[in-house]
Amino acid sequence: MIEVIYILWLRQLKHYWRSKARLLGSLGQPVLFLVAFGFGFGPMYAKASGGENYMDFLAPGIVSMSILFTAIFSGLEVIWDRQFGFLKETFVAPISRAEIMLGKTLGGASIAMVQGLIVFCLTYVLGFRVPGLRSLGLGLIFMFLIAIFFTGFGLAIASKMKDMHGFQLIMNFLIMPIFFLSGALFPLENLPPAIYFLSRVNPLTYGVDGMRGAFTGISVFGIYNDLAIVGSLSALICMVGAVLFSKIEA
Amino acid sequence: MQIILSVQSLTKKFEDFTAVNGISFDVETGSIFAFLGPNGAGKSTTIKMLTTVLKPTSGEIMINGFNALKEQDKARASFGIVFQDRSLDEELTAYENMEYHAVIYKVPRKEREDRIRQALEIVGLWERRGDYVEKYSGGMKRRLEIARALVHYPKILFLDEPTVGLDPQTRNSIWSHIKRLNEEKGMTIFLTTHYMEEAEAVADQIAIIDHGRIIESGTVEEIKKRTETESLEEAFLKLTGRDIRDDNVPGNKMRTIRGMRRRGRY
Repeated sequence: MIEVIYILWLRQLKHYWRSKARLLGSLGQPVLFLVAFGFGFGPMYAKASGGENYMDFLAPGIVSMSILFTAIFSGLEVIWDRQFGFLKETFVAPISRAEIMLGKTLGGASIAMVQGLIVFCLTYVLGFRVPGLRSLGLGLIFMFLIAIFFTGFGLAIASKMKDMHGFQLIMNFLIMPIFFLSGALFPLENLPPAIYFLSRVNPLTYGVDGMRGAFTGISVFGIYNDLAIVGSLSALICMVGAVLFSKIEA
Repeated sequence: MQIILSVQSLTKKFEDFTAVNGISFDVETGSIFAFLGPNGAGKSTTIKMLTTVLKPTSGEIMINGFNALKEQDKARASFGIVFQDRSLDEELTAYENMEYHAVIYKVPRKEREDRIRQALEIVGLWERRGDYVEKYSGGMKRRLEIARALVHYPKILFLDEPTVGLDPQTRNSIWSHIKRLNEEKGMTIFLTTHYMEEAEAVADQIAIIDHGRIIESGTVEEIKKRTETESLEEAFLKLTGRDIRDDNVPGNKMRTIRGMRRRGRY
């Protein structure tokens, strides 16, 4: 079982590593966001908050962003597997769908984690500092949980999609709102009730809040509440994904 | 006489359309069994059910003594399949595709390399094992898929139109590989094809399916005798008619044009 999961994981990492264009391309957006927002809104944020550093607020948000997008893409990769027929090869093997789901989740999450770590190192260049090893460790746990959750989420969506036609729909009506209403870019305060509600049912909100809490000490809900929420949601999505996967007919 | 694959009143319904309608047949161990039929006759749907990709509406399938529905993993470990359409990971090398297969089919680690080497040598691709599959030609991809299906030592090999779209040289070499597997290793072969002369040349037993039912079965000689024809192609046309069928995608709505559902118009 471990070997099966390992080979599924390895396949995804090979895809990631061999596609240098994708690797570099997916770093463009977080860098742009860090620079544009960081320097663009920095002075405004400092003025409004009474001297706080916007980079401290923004960096965990952008790290989450890069994990979110990479994880969702990795999950959706299954649709390509289906279109190129490779999913069938995996599905007729004498292994359980739960193993397949687990291997793919870990593979996608590892890639998202690597991507998140690269962005995390870039924030260092832009002046973001983490106080100590303990906060670093806690932050990494949050990064990993966000990666697991959204890879599982992408896989669950992919299990319901036949091809990439619905991709724009999912991007614009699901993933972008999840990102913008997560508190990654701006504090979720003094919002209209509807937006407030959406931000509170958004899983990424707790991931971002937890990571920010770990790295900088600024947390709205409390790190351990965040940890409990994101942790249980990750476990839940894996189970939901395994069930959805078991129902796919390749 | 041993039976490796036994199918009992197998049926598949898609909403209002019955793609496969209560078919039954047995495949003898060590034989080459050709499953023929026009487009949309129910061939692909049947092969999908036999290989556990699609769940039957009703009926029973026994592969190598295992119930394909209740003992799915054991049944799956007993067969190899070459799908009608491509199923390779083109971003991996040939060897990596083989290794992936060996692991998910639980081939013991110590035997993996030897078995992969054997299988690749059978189809003449060992020297090219390190190439990315996207660099392969259509025929090489096909041969790689056949090699891959052999790594876990299946008792029965399903080949769904293995030679479609290939040049005569490649088709020839693929059939000689397949025949050698059958003769030397005693591997049972279950194949579908649209090339009647190929089926005639290799198959011990033939079943012809049309409109979801088996309309004729037996050896080539028996079928030619019963239909009073000179070749399998003539027999096939006599049995299934000369009308052109709609090709359709299983899983989606399946239908043949109703006006064309007449048999034996000649």
